[in-house]
Amino acid sequence: MADGEILIDVRGVAKHFGEGETRVDALRDVDLQVHAGEVIALLGPSGSGKTTLLNVIGCILAPSAGRVTLDGETVFDGQWLRRDLRRLRLDKIGFIFQTHNLLPFLTAEENVAVVLDLAGWSVEKGRARAGDLLGYLEVDHRAAAKPALLSGGEAQRVAIARALANRPRIILADEPTAALDSKRAGLVMDLLRKLAAEQEACIVTVTHDEKIFDRFDRLVHLRDGRLADA
Amino acid sequence: MNLALKDIRHGLFRFVLTCFGLGLLMTVVLSMIGIYNGLVADALAVVKAPAADVWVVESGTKGPFAEASNIPLTTRDAVSRMPGVAEAGAINFQNIEASHAGASLRLYVIGYEPGHPGGPQSIVEGRGIGTSHFELVADRKTGLLTGETIRLGRNRFTVVGLVEGAMNAGGDPAVYITLSDAMALQTELDPAAQRVQAARGAVSVKSASVAAVIARVAPGADVELLTATVRQWKHLAALTQAEQEEILVSSVVDLARRQIGLFLAILLSVSAVVIALIIYTMTMEKLKQIATLKLIGAPDRTIIGLIVQQALILGASGWGIGLVLILTVKDYFPRRVVLEPFNVMMLAGIIFAVCIAASGLGVRAAMKVDPATALGS
Ligand SMILES: Nc1ncnc2c1ncn2[C@@H]1O[C@H](COP(=O)(O)OP(=O)(O)O)[C@@H](O)[C@H]1O
Ligand SMILES: [Mg+2]
Repeated sequence: MADGEILIDVRGVAKHFGEGETRVDALRDVDLQVHAGEVIALLGPSGSGKTTLLNVIGCILAPSAGRVTLDGETVFDGQWLRRDLRRLRLDKIGFIFQTHNLLPFLTAEENVAVVLDLAGWSVEKGRARAGDLLGYLEVDHRAAAKPALLSGGEAQRVAIARALANRPRIILADEPTAALDSKRAGLVMDLLRKLAAEQEACIVTVTHDEKIFDRFDRLVHLRDGRLADA
Repeated sequence: MNLALKDIRHGLFRFVLTCFGLGLLMTVVLSMIGIYNGLVADALAVVKAPAADVWVVESGTKGPFAEASNIPLTTRDAVSRMPGVAEAGAINFQNIEASHAGASLRLYVIGYEPGHPGGPQSIVEGRGIGTSHFELVADRKTGLLTGETIRLGRNRFTVVGLVEGAMNAGGDPAVYITLSDAMALQTELDPAAQRVQAARGAVSVKSASVAAVIARVAPGADVELLTATVRQWKHLAALTQAEQEEILVSSVVDLARRQIGLFLAILLSVSAVVIALIIYTMTMEKLKQIATLKLIGAPDRTIIGLIVQQALILGASGWGIGLVLILTVKDYFPRRVVLEPFNVMMLAGIIFAVCIAASGLGVRAAMKVDPATALGS
């Protein structure tokens, strides 16, 4: 599947926290390309820099050095080249968090629709798309429920619907199946694969979950901030 | 999609409770403002009641309210003969403790000459004093009813009419009696004290003296000229109505006014801090959600809108609840509570400013929050 256009292009990215005695090199000279339609897993022991790399790709953390190009647009090259990073995230990137992080005061449907509202969709179109997505993820029967009333699996599917709502081409997920049992985890991964293929998106997933390793096109290992493709 | 309203609806019970608490605080603030205004209005009631233009009092005094003033009764004739004076009347004032219906009743007794200025303004029940002795017109707050009698000094007076809003600067309700009755009452009160004064060689209060003579000028007459003329008389001083009101407010009720004023200032500061704290806490509790919003791409204006709208809704509800509550209870206060639309609007302005300032603090914290914090578990 590594034949589509390159959606994520990370070149020579380094990231360190602190200076001197307390300096931690979370990423060292990382190169990573992810193509459209590709679903990859980011593996590595705790503290190896997986979340840091995801945050760099998601434009919520500035690298210390290197270049980041997303969907053909170079967004970081020694410094941010775009000022409205949030708009960039809104349009191009979908996040699926470790915990679902749904807004507690919105219903499942509203949690999905809010992204479209921010992206400037009309209320009716936003609601329709949110409803469709929830139906697709088989949680439409919970559309009117607040997150507190959703089961772990339902909440996670709503979160996935939110991540996909604005049709981003880059989907970043940090341990999306950690809260799910292995059967559900497999279902969620199958679903993500399907969506990636349909929307010509790529998915980068941090995971420890060996049971779902076979669902990835590629496993990328991080150790002490360095990449070791396997 | 209005996030502020959705969030409020989500935690409606708590939000309403907070608004109600704030509303109670605003009730206290508004009642304090009302009490402050009431104090000033009450103080002025006694000066404004006779609708005078000029007060002729004892020379060297700022009587009869700020200082004791004694002038001969004959002054009234002299004043009324002055050019430009339409009518004049002598009055005197005394505080007495009467007993009524088994309880003691503090009364502010105003003696005036029927047919001359200084009497009760508008009788709301019964009639004014006729020419006869031992009749009185009482303020409704005395609790006296028309037809009842009450003993003042040695004599029993019949209540013939009722008025409203007549009291002295201390809030004691007033009763009106004729000047001759009042002067008789003055001489028979507390004989022991009089003997002491007489022993000291003080001017006998038995000499027919009154506290002040009030004058209304003819249309077009010059009040300044009149007061200047009166001041040339050896034993007399003259104050215009405006000066008399100014004295009342700046000297007679000044301490009480400042006391309440300072308390009001403290209360306002406390309220400001409370409002700020509520809004700031409300924002702090939402930081993780704000980080999530930032992560999914919400612009600053969405986040600022969420915080500021909630702050304003809170402030407005608090103000509204406070206003409704004070309007409901204000007539149950023993003294007058006077709320001017101006005060109410000013409080709204203050609350608005505090809400904006407090949400500014919240917004600052929200702007600083790193979207990455939404990712942490
Ligand atoms: N904000 C930060 N400040 C300082 N050190 C950090 C910060 N974020 C991550 N680190 C450090 O960077 C290293 C990599 O962290 P992280 O990317 O979270 O690892 P992983 O997700 O693989 O467990 C760790 O040593 C961690 O302590
Ligand atoms: Mg991590």
